[in-house]
Amino acid sequence: MLTLQFIPYNDINSLTPERRIKKLINVVKENKIVLMQGRLVPEEESTLIERTMEQIKRSNFKGIEICTIYPETDPNLIDKLKSKIANFLLGNREGLTIIGPATVVKEIKKDPDKIQLLTADIKKKPKRR
Amino acid sequence: MIKILKSFIDRIFFQIFQRKRDLKIGLYGPPNGGKSTLANKICKDWLGEEMSSVSKIPHETREIRIKEKVTVKSGNKELTFNLVDTPGIATKIDYEDFMKKGLKVKEAKKRAKEATKGVIDAIKWLDEMDVVIVVLDSTENPYSQVNVTIVGNLAARKIPVVIVANKTDLRKSSVKKVEAAFPQYDVVGISALNGNNIEEFYESLFNRVR
Repeated sequence: MLTLQFIPYNDINSLTPERRIKKLINVVKENKIVLMQGRLVPEEESTLIERTMEQIKRSNFKGIEICTIYPETDPNLIDKLKSKIANFLLGNREGLTIIGPATVVKEIKKDPDKIQLLTADIKKKPKRR
Repeated sequence: MIKILKSFIDRIFFQIFQRKRDLKIGLYGPPNGGKSTLANKICKDWLGEEMSSVSKIPHETREIRIKEKVTVKSGNKELTFNLVDTPGIATKIDYEDFMKKGLKVKEAKKRAKEATKGVIDAIKWLDEMDVVIVVLDSTENPYSQVNVTIVGNLAARKIPVVIVANKTDLRKSSVKKVEAAFPQYDVVGISALNGNNIEEFYESLFNRVR
């Protein structure tokens, strides 16, 4: 069974980058797939990779699969300005970040307009008698 | 007053020449993109010797390797730099994947442990780079988050980037796909293995540095 956990922007907005990443990794370590509203900034993404590597070194954790969907529209100047003001006032909630444990999500294939999650076969083999 | 002025001028000159002397060009990318093969090609072309070992098993480079004072010439231009070959950046490392490639358990676990440290080191070294060559396997889907994270971090740090779409000698290679994924960057299709289009790569490198 796959478990998806939605993390709304408001849940992580007030956290420091380090705590935000810790929270994401903790959820993923429970074998859940995170659907986070918004996206991490590049520096947070690289810190997420660093912390993931530290977890692999320390435990049996195998790592993560991560993907971000972000609207790649080419808005006009006014729309761009509106979006910048909204992001400044409310935070950047655009996009969706998917993070899954590598043992559950084998691969995330992203093309510009579609995402495929290839999951591991988690069916248990029947015991031989 | 003269002393202060002299010290200020000395400092400025020191900074200019220090920077030129220590220009660092880093090779970054996911594992098995061909970073070490390109590092070897550059070193063989200009120093007559290789700098890294290469393997079909991912994470062959697990520590930062530096070749100092590599001088590259293109036309009447010349560029001297320290070439930094870095471990491939990945979001997952499983020792069992190495066992599937023929390694024994102990060897595979050791490789996995070293590889995790290598990824952390590669990220930490980003801030040290003056220019970065992002080496991607042009037979693979370029829209992976690792690629996006590397390029995004370089943009955030304002580090000049050359994207290399490597392995053009392979049938499945698509430089156009890499170009489409990173339209705002200079993408050069090459084969580091047999040297295809390497001149254009050097030209592109010169353009990024100056």
